[in-house]
Amino acid sequence: MTPVKLYPPKPEKVYFFGTCLVDLFYPEAGLDGIRLLEREGIEVIFPEDQTCCGQPAYTSGYQQEARAVAVAQLGLFPESWPIIVPSGSCGGMMRVHYPQLFAGTEHERRATEVAGRIYELTEFLIHVCHLALEDRGGPEKVAMHTSCSARREMGLADTGPALLAKLGQVELVEQVRATECCGFGGTFAVRHPEVSAAMVDDKTRAIEAAGASRFVTSDCGCLMNIDGRFSHQKKGIEGEHIASYLWRRTS
Amino acid sequence: MSARDAILKRLRERTDGALNAPDSDFSVVTGRGWSIGERLERFERLITSVHGEVIHTTHDNWTVDLAELLHAKGVHRLALGREHPVAAEARSALDARDVVLLDADRDIESWQQEQFESTDAGLTSTRGAIAETGSLWLWPTPDEPRLISLVPPIHIAVLDADTIEDTFFDVIEAHGWADGMPTNALLVSGPSKTADIEQTLAYGVHGPRELVVLVRHAEERK
Amino acid sequence: MSVETYTPQAFHRQAHDALGSPQIRSNFRKAMDGLMSKRRDVFSDWDLEALRELGANIRLRALARLPELLERLEANCEASGIKVHWAEDGEEACRIIRELCEARGAKSVIKGKSMVSEEMHLNAHLEAAGIEALESDLGEYLVQLNEQTPSHIIMPAIHLNTDEISTIMHDKTGLARTRDVDVMTAAARAQLRERFMSADIGISGVNFAVAETGTLCLVENEGNGRMTTTVPPVHIAVTGIEKVVEHLRDVPPLYALLTRSATGQHVTTYFNMISSPRKRGEHDGPEEVHLVLVDNGRSSIYQDDELLDTLRCIRCGACMNHCPVYTRVGGHTYGTTYPGPIGSILMPHMLGLEQTKDLPTASSLCGACGEVCPVKIPIPDLLVRLRREAVGEGRGNVPGAGVKRTKKEVAAWKGWQWLATHPSAWRGGTAIVGKLQALTPSKLGPWTECRTAPRPAKRSLHALVKRHQAGKDKSDAEKSAANHVIKKGKDEEERS
Repeated sequence: MTPVKLYPPKPEKVYFFGTCLVDLFYPEAGLDGIRLLEREGIEVIFPEDQTCCGQPAYTSGYQQEARAVAVAQLGLFPESWPIIVPSGSCGGMMRVHYPQLFAGTEHERRATEVAGRIYELTEFLIHVCHLALEDRGGPEKVAMHTSCSARREMGLADTGPALLAKLGQVELVEQVRATECCGFGGTFAVRHPEVSAAMVDDKTRAIEAAGASRFVTSDCGCLMNIDGRFSHQKKGIEGEHIASYLWRRTS
Repeated sequence: MSARDAILKRLRERTDGALNAPDSDFSVVTGRGWSIGERLERFERLITSVHGEVIHTTHDNWTVDLAELLHAKGVHRLALGREHPVAAEARSALDARDVVLLDADRDIESWQQEQFESTDAGLTSTRGAIAETGSLWLWPTPDEPRLISLVPPIHIAVLDADTIEDTFFDVIEAHGWADGMPTNALLVSGPSKTADIEQTLAYGVHGPRELVVLVRHAEERK
Repeated sequence: MSVETYTPQAFHRQAHDALGSPQIRSNFRKAMDGLMSKRRDVFSDWDLEALRELGANIRLRALARLPELLERLEANCEASGIKVHWAEDGEEACRIIRELCEARGAKSVIKGKSMVSEEMHLNAHLEAAGIEALESDLGEYLVQLNEQTPSHIIMPAIHLNTDEISTIMHDKTGLARTRDVDVMTAAARAQLRERFMSADIGISGVNFAVAETGTLCLVENEGNGRMTTTVPPVHIAVTGIEKVVEHLRDVPPLYALLTRSATGQHVTTYFNMISSPRKRGEHDGPEEVHLVLVDNGRSSIYQDDELLDTLRCIRCGACMNHCPVYTRVGGHTYGTTYPGPIGSILMPHMLGLEQTKDLPTASSLCGACGEVCPVKIPIPDLLVRLRREAVGEGRGNVPGAGVKRTKKEVAAWKGWQWLATHPSAWRGGTAIVGKLQALTPSKLGPWTECRTAPRPAKRSLHALVKRHQAGKDKSDAEKSAANHVIKKGKDEEERS
């Protein structure tokens, strides 16, 4: 549990750390995140040499490999601007685990400094940009799945719903067991596929039962998992990253 | 080396070095500041929420209420102490024609079968109660031994309203428990219960099916 | 009914079986939903964070002074007549208890609930020596009748529903079939009361052992714990060395956390504090009380600053109640005495990673366990630590460290590391993957058994940002919004 963060005034510039899943599978979500920030008058710097935060290796126990990859990211943010990450899971890795990962190493100070500048995208839009949105879309019932890392590691259970609440035509529906994990868990879905499948099946049932015609999430791992389940069932309930949803309805 | 010495040696020679012991701030378990009325209300609400019964009575009149209670519950054989004023008053007030009084201050070996199989209720005093959790606290004595609050199917406990305190922590501190613990100290919060069969509550699984608290007040309550 | 044996090595098979059992699925789902909501309600008027902080702090203080406190506990117990024994492992603890039984010529033992006795397989040991050990906690009794082990540390029979229990009571005790829980409970009461009266020895666990006063605290609802520790002429308490607390005043906060976290109760029916055997002039209670302190791997966990947190545990079971994996596969799937998240961070120390290597990975690291832990054990971090140990990248101080390290997996991670530390290669790689998008397999092993395969985007974010910065995506953006739904629908068609 991270302590309550004191939020700075809206800066002129931010760094954007896209994450590897967004880079490879959901680049539009990343770009929409950038567009939302730019629309607030913020210049977005996208360090070209970014790759991955290191989390997959970290949670698999491959500490050295994770550290090597994380070190490569530490050098990408030389100025003191905030670093925006469109994922609670990668954000949590960088904010919470980087200082642990580098504790007692020569990189500890820099890791802690970088960690202190990490913001998850929805967090930044709500608490720093105080985003105002003009909804241009039609009426729609939407479910939100907040990732476990955003919810528990970063303490951001409310930022996604708060953004959706700014869309006048959107009704956020309540799912049962909304706080329960969707079953992705990175390599968990690969190592324990049957348990993971049971979890995502329950999650899609809950979203469907809530009457949502669409779901949004702030994490592309959850998106890949839940959306993959829905489309396998040909349910017609679509998922997208919250950044894309916000951009699409307000641009 | 004995197991004892080997274990202690490993603990003392800890690989990562000695640990710092933090101080503790207990404010979250004390300082409720409830009034007497609030304590009583809370105690009653909580103990009845777990199936305990509360009967309000007075110091002058409690044995009359006890007799009525015994009659209402069909108690014919009551185990109780002798010396404690609660037991002494009950003994002098109860009519032996209605209720057989069983001496609790006997070695259990001499009456185990009787206690387990043909004692309808046990009567005990209490040292006080805890408002926060709706708990009675008892320190069994040779006069009122451990098992009379456990083995008979009904436990009747006598509590003076002014001995209810706020929290368990407050009781331990105010009464200096750490200075000398009795053989057995007990908190009792309701009758024996279980939820081991599919989360369904059932009472009296091993101990009493019923717990009745006679709360004695100085005066009649309005 | 045959004895069911579950092992941690067979986690995957056991999980498969449990997931396929509607009975198991619904029994656990229903029970865990109830427990989670009761816990939430019972803490609603508390400053929960302050209480958890205090709980963690009390446990840490006890651990910081552990050797000293164990000696004080021993001295204070012995001074009031409680005989203290020490055991390096479960086997030695079993031997100590068996010898105490033999010294009394004991033939029958009645047991209160004790997970440490489960951990050391005490019942089997005593039975092999011709001493009958009967469980008296209703859930434990039912599980024992059914020749099983507990599936939950607080609610041992939670995997069984009323009908199944009715069958067990009928088959094993001759009770007429009934769905009436009161009737079944009354029958068990009658059956067990006989045994309490005739038992030679009572064996219980301990929830908190208070060093300051030499007091053994037992938390329970049923009264079987009080029976076990009061009726037979000898009481043997068995507990792990980490259960000690420094002061009596440390007990109320831990008790408040324990009952609320475990079952959502603001208090249990009984809190039983034992500080001596029957004294001269007292009329009941055991003549002898023994305390057996068991190490069984705990002092090894104690060596390491990070692993140490494992020993703060007060065995409430909230981590399993809130675990989405435990809820779906149930307790037996883990094949260990302690199931669920706490088991996955504790059992590797007791059994070694060779046997338990699948347990630390059996978590999505969702963090629900750590969030509810009353003494703030960072369970997800400890799961990751054990994953590190399993692949040989930890400190090597967990038995079986490195057992999961394979050349193939190391090579894969090294390859990933190389790519992720060579940005131009990364960009080239993602570009190629995007170009070959159409060739990506639509079947990806188990993933696609219930989900469609994720498909790499045509252009990576790196590429999109480049175009965006060059102003080339203005029209794309407009199109993307309008086409979102259509494009997606088409993708689906193309792939199926």
